[in-house]
Amino acid sequence: MTKSPVQFTLNGTETGVFVNGGANLLDVIRREAGDLAPKLGCAQGGCGACTVMIDGETHLACLTLAETVEGKRVETATSLANGPQLHPLQKAFVEGFAAQCGFCTPGMLMAAKALLDANPSPTREQVTEAIAGNICRCTGYEPIINAILTAAAELRGRISA
Amino acid sequence: MSITVETYATLAEATSAMRDKTQFLGGGTMVVRGINYGAQDYNRVVRSTDAALRGIRNEGNQISIGAGVTMSQIMASSSTDFLAPVARLVGGPAIRNMATAGGNLFVRPPYGDFGTALLALDANVQMSDGQSLPIERFYAQRDSQRGIVAAILLPRPAHGVFRFRKVTRTKPKGASVLSIAATLPGGSRITEARIAFGAMGPTPLRAKEAEQALEGASLDATGIQRALDTCLNGLDPSDDSLASGWYRRAVAPVHLRRLLLGKES
Ligand SMILES: Cc1cc2nc3c(=O)[nH]c(=O)nc-3n(C[C@H](O)[C@H](O)[C@H](O)COP(=O)(O)OP(=O)(O)OC[C@H]3O[C@@H](n4cnc5c(N)ncnc54)[C@H](O)[C@@H]3O)c2cc1C
Repeated sequence: MTKSPVQFTLNGTETGVFVNGGANLLDVIRREAGDLAPKLGCAQGGCGACTVMIDGETHLACLTLAETVEGKRVETATSLANGPQLHPLQKAFVEGFAAQCGFCTPGMLMAAKALLDANPSPTREQVTEAIAGNICRCTGYEPIINAILTAAAELRGRISA
Repeated sequence: MSITVETYATLAEATSAMRDKTQFLGGGTMVVRGINYGAQDYNRVVRSTDAALRGIRNEGNQISIGAGVTMSQIMASSSTDFLAPVARLVGGPAIRNMATAGGNLFVRPPYGDFGTALLALDANVQMSDGQSLPIERFYAQRDSQRGIVAAILLPRPAHGVFRFRKVTRTKPKGASVLSIAATLPGGSRITEARIAFGAMGPTPLRAKEAEQALEGASLDATGIQRALDTCLNGLDPSDDSLASGWYRRAVAPVHLRRLLLGKES
């Protein structure tokens, strides 16, 4: 089977891999690059567990052909923490019980990160809309929405402080 | 299964690379889903990085939407503000960052909401070989050709003339039980209405008898009655996990009435 070389930046690190024809980005991130944050849920775009950012926009890694990220900037939930220092979103998820089994969490975090990057003061409705493509079967969503609003407030405080 | 992925710098090269068992790649939301689930009908994917596929341009009183323009880009551009409410109803945010206008023309029901809107707007589909097809003709021959769509050209509707409604089981995101798009020019006496239904047949379809029934009519309960009585003629919805064809036929006139009267219920 022929493999193609693909180079991209994964969480700030230049990454080069050889991919099988038709391999999706999720497989490449998990198996080739060893970043296990994004999860394989449905492999058809319905669950959002594989949500990553490509050049600052959320994309579903399971529906992205690996070849198409050549030269691009890919970020997973692994990029959020700074060493042991959790990102305010992660901290709010932990403290607000927004993660139970945790399977949806890396995707939820990236959907929330994209929202807060674009809109630091979202309304509750905008938060709901931003995570509409991410399914959580544990929490009933309320703790997640609250955690995102809490993190938004903390991030705003940091900026104004 | 191994898939060959070929990337071409120009649309012309990509066009000549199209042959049997080959899919052109838009945003990939359906093509890659197919690969993940072992699609047997293609083993080759052709893509192009040609800038001609991207970009929304005003050309006189027409708007040109590159086939590779995503739903998020439609939502962000002032040239396509009237289409933003349609694009916003396609999938969730990550899908909208990927799903292209060109790809939406090829998907099977219950998908194709954006194409339904384009059908009611009398768009023209520009193929990469230079051919330009009225969208209705494009849809009629869609499944028997393998050309690449380069762009979609459409006139900007006058303010308030274009309407869209999508009926889903779940909100804010869900696939269509059905969708309806209409352009209703003429003010108090409608002339040359266009009504298109999505998920009511293998491709988006126009309800031509209902369009004719609206000619000269006013948008009130009496004026629209004949359009409601005839709107199902020519539609052929199928059963899927969201709704049976029977249910779709039963509710389509109800939603058309709401759209025409501008009412929620
Ligand atoms: C979770 C989920 C939710 C969705 N929700 C909706 C929804 O609410 N409404 C809706 O309408 N759709 C929905 N879709 C379907 C799909 O994402 C959209 O219809 C989208 O616009 C398809 O575009 P794409 O660029 O991703 O297509 P691709 O997957 O790239 O392509 C789809 C088909 O179009 C062909 N194609 C693509 N571009 C071209 C071109 N330029 N020329 C010729 N052929 C081309 C491909 O070869 C393929 O056959 C959803 C999909 C998923 C996975």
